[in-house]
Amino acid sequence: MKKIIVIGGGVIGCAVARELSRYEAEIILLEGGVDVAEGASKANSAIVHAGFDAKPGTMKAKLNVEGVKMYPRLCAEVGAPYGQPGAMVLAFTPEERPTIEKLYEQGIQNGVEQLRIIERDEILALEPNTNPDVECALLAPTSGLTCPYELTYALADHAAVNGVNFVMNARVNGIRKDGEGFVLATEKGEMHAELVVNCAGMGSGELHNQLSSRKVRLIPRKGEYYLLDHELPLLFTRTMFQCPSKMGKGVLVSPTLHGNTILGPTAEDIDDATDVSTTREALALVNERSRMTWPGLTLRNVITTFAGIRAHEENGDFIIGAVEGCPGAYETVGVESPGLSSAPAIAEMLAGQIAGENALPLKPEWKPAPVRKKPFYAMSLEERVEAVKEDANYGALVCRCEQVTEAEIRAAIRRPVGATTIDGVKRRTRAGMGRCQGGFCSPRVLEILAEELGIDPTQVTKGGGKSNLLVSTIAQAMGKEDA
Amino acid sequence: MLSNELSEQVQSVDVLVVGAGPAGMAAAIAAREAGVESLLVLEREAHMGGILRQCIHNGFGLHRFKEELTGPEYAQRDIDRVNELGIEVRCGTTVLSIDENRFVTAISKEKGVQLFQAGAIVLAMGCRERPRGALGTPGTRCAGVYSAGTAQKFVNLEGYMPGKRVVILGSGDIGLIMARRMTLQGAKVLACVEIMPYSGGLNRNIVQCLEDYDIPLLLSHTVVDIQGKDRLSGVTVAKVDEKRNPIPGTEQHFDCDTLLLSVGLIPENELTRQAGVTMSATTQGAVVDDRLQTSREGIFACGNVLHVHDLVDFVSAESFRAGRAAADYVQGKNREGRYVSMQDGNGVRGVVPQQLLVPEGEAEPVQVMFRPAGVYENATVVVRDGDQEILRRRKRIFTPGEMAELTLKPDMIRSIEGDTVTVEIIV
Repeated sequence: MKKIIVIGGGVIGCAVARELSRYEAEIILLEGGVDVAEGASKANSAIVHAGFDAKPGTMKAKLNVEGVKMYPRLCAEVGAPYGQPGAMVLAFTPEERPTIEKLYEQGIQNGVEQLRIIERDEILALEPNTNPDVECALLAPTSGLTCPYELTYALADHAAVNGVNFVMNARVNGIRKDGEGFVLATEKGEMHAELVVNCAGMGSGELHNQLSSRKVRLIPRKGEYYLLDHELPLLFTRTMFQCPSKMGKGVLVSPTLHGNTILGPTAEDIDDATDVSTTREALALVNERSRMTWPGLTLRNVITTFAGIRAHEENGDFIIGAVEGCPGAYETVGVESPGLSSAPAIAEMLAGQIAGENALPLKPEWKPAPVRKKPFYAMSLEERVEAVKEDANYGALVCRCEQVTEAEIRAAIRRPVGATTIDGVKRRTRAGMGRCQGGFCSPRVLEILAEELGIDPTQVTKGGGKSNLLVSTIAQAMGKEDA
Repeated sequence: MLSNELSEQVQSVDVLVVGAGPAGMAAAIAAREAGVESLLVLEREAHMGGILRQCIHNGFGLHRFKEELTGPEYAQRDIDRVNELGIEVRCGTTVLSIDENRFVTAISKEKGVQLFQAGAIVLAMGCRERPRGALGTPGTRCAGVYSAGTAQKFVNLEGYMPGKRVVILGSGDIGLIMARRMTLQGAKVLACVEIMPYSGGLNRNIVQCLEDYDIPLLLSHTVVDIQGKDRLSGVTVAKVDEKRNPIPGTEQHFDCDTLLLSVGLIPENELTRQAGVTMSATTQGAVVDDRLQTSREGIFACGNVLHVHDLVDFVSAESFRAGRAAADYVQGKNREGRYVSMQDGNGVRGVVPQQLLVPEGEAEPVQVMFRPAGVYENATVVVRDGDQEILRRRKRIFTPGEMAELTLKPDMIRSIEGDTVTVEIIV
């Protein structure tokens, strides 16, 4: 059996690993972080783009449009959220109208269905909270939403039940060809594989350059966001874009599938690819630009701000397929937006190519994704009655804001690719995602994590590394080690 | 609509109290003392006492018991009384929903889903702390940033230290208390940073928790950046102008592993909103009348879920009144009269109650509480019925950190002729 190492546990790496798990192979996924979905996959706009943005003829255009079509079924299969509220791209001046027309043309060429250019009255009828100064808009009913990290977790679980071995905290620092195979220098020691698939997101450029003579350059492009509480009724049912610029799709105002409103992102090229700090200036810009779409915006309902990094390739297209001049190596490089939208198509295409070129036979049986219970907050009264009868831990509400129960927190830790940190629990269950941001529930989540993982509470981290929440016991702090 | 099977499980309760913190316990005690037999208290935590359980410092009870108690001691007096009166309290039980007809669903590990039809409900869910996210403070999202109450829970209830070098943002009472607590447990508290030109906490806490330990209080300052990849490594603090915008060039850096936030408390009103109760944007609690009844008949609110108090003594006093009013309601002791509205005038924020009954018969004294909008020295609070002054009281100092109160006497209430009463502070 061929041994394949997939590098990177973002949405792309996990989708590729899942597709590869259909075939007879020994598959290991190495993730540098403490969990999957720790990079761009946890911090983006969550939009499944209709596909009118990308230049016709590019990889981005092809894979985006194909990916979008795969989304509803994929999400149903793996148990990830998906919705299709549609989107608009707004023009506020007559000068912006040609941009809308160009996007429409592009969309048609890319094969996007149901696109229409609509005028002010229709815009305001469809989305009454839009700036009345709007000129016209591109309406894209096929634009969808997912939850990028929930999708990643679901893909990872499905891959894991089909034999993919996930190794966290195993950053790949170097890679070289060694005879027929590859040698990888990782944080967990040296590893060997016959085939490698580089899905390392921001890190994929460096690994590419170690394998290929044709160098690429990835530029970390930071985007900052505001997230508003779902206590605020949704004022826009669609994703509202503004006209794109060369830095990207601009600031959007969009609902999330959990009923929150998201504002952002900015687009700033930075030097440090790990710098996901937010800045006063960028957040002010998000506020200002969002008001253009939504003049009634108030920041009173903000529950958090965050930043994500997209891996922008200087030539602007995805680099996907076999690494040129390096047999056995495959890659997905420069996967920025619409990377999430394209993920299903990228995975299917690349896994198909890898299987074909290496004569990997299909497994006789590919197990379905594990079925997960409906979240407690979404259950009807009758369903809650049954759930707590089956498992008393449904009777203990841990997160008040998002109504997450102890049963769900324990289940998140016990998933095939389970949560090992406070953030991992948060993103899998929503505990701590509400308006108190974990103020009440984090001590209890910490306790459950320590119990489930069999570790000391002081070892529990927020998000891996040295992000421990507690530094010592009181007795230790007072110099009484044995007390 | 409930299925037949579920309908059969609905229990009738005369008075149902949500929460067994100081507010819920006082309301339950008062209801039972007023003769309510069918009475149930639901508490989501495993124990009664609410947030007092983790407030192990003293200073509680000076008004009510005329002595200084710790939080747990204060709570214990009510717990003992609740037990003495044989009041049923279901701990570990979270209320999931309340509707406008006072149908309540709750859940616990032991009893599963529980359904109640209540004659009256007293809402006593308390409040929560404003988190970092609500401030929009830039920086990284590393570990080491806690609300002060979360840190207090770790230290006082769980026995763990959340950090060693601490900066506190906000000078609310819990932040001040934690400055002292962390210091006593061996941590170094570098500064308490307050964006306003005055503290939001009680003066006695500033003296006893900061000054006594030489912890600087930086007024008109705020945290402008949070640094650290995994764990907090430092914060940048800057002075702010009158509009609370940071002044460039005034930045100073603190190396620290912990940032505690004490930047305000928000009444926890999800259930209140579900019940369709009219809310006040100022107090972020329900709009209530002088008997603490909300806009929904038979639903009462008291304590920090109604408006954030400084002192538990006042929470208890208010909640006794709410409990008694709920008892009156289920016992059919209705009052006749007309309602007038109470409004915030100059210098006054969040008058409670917002509605006042001018009864046809005997009036009872009504306690009115509010927060001063700023610091006013040697100022006078005036209550007016239209142009008619009905009460005037002078005070040496009003500050936003200390809730102000006054009592409207029966004759004052009976004298009200208009339909709006205004409370204002005159400097």
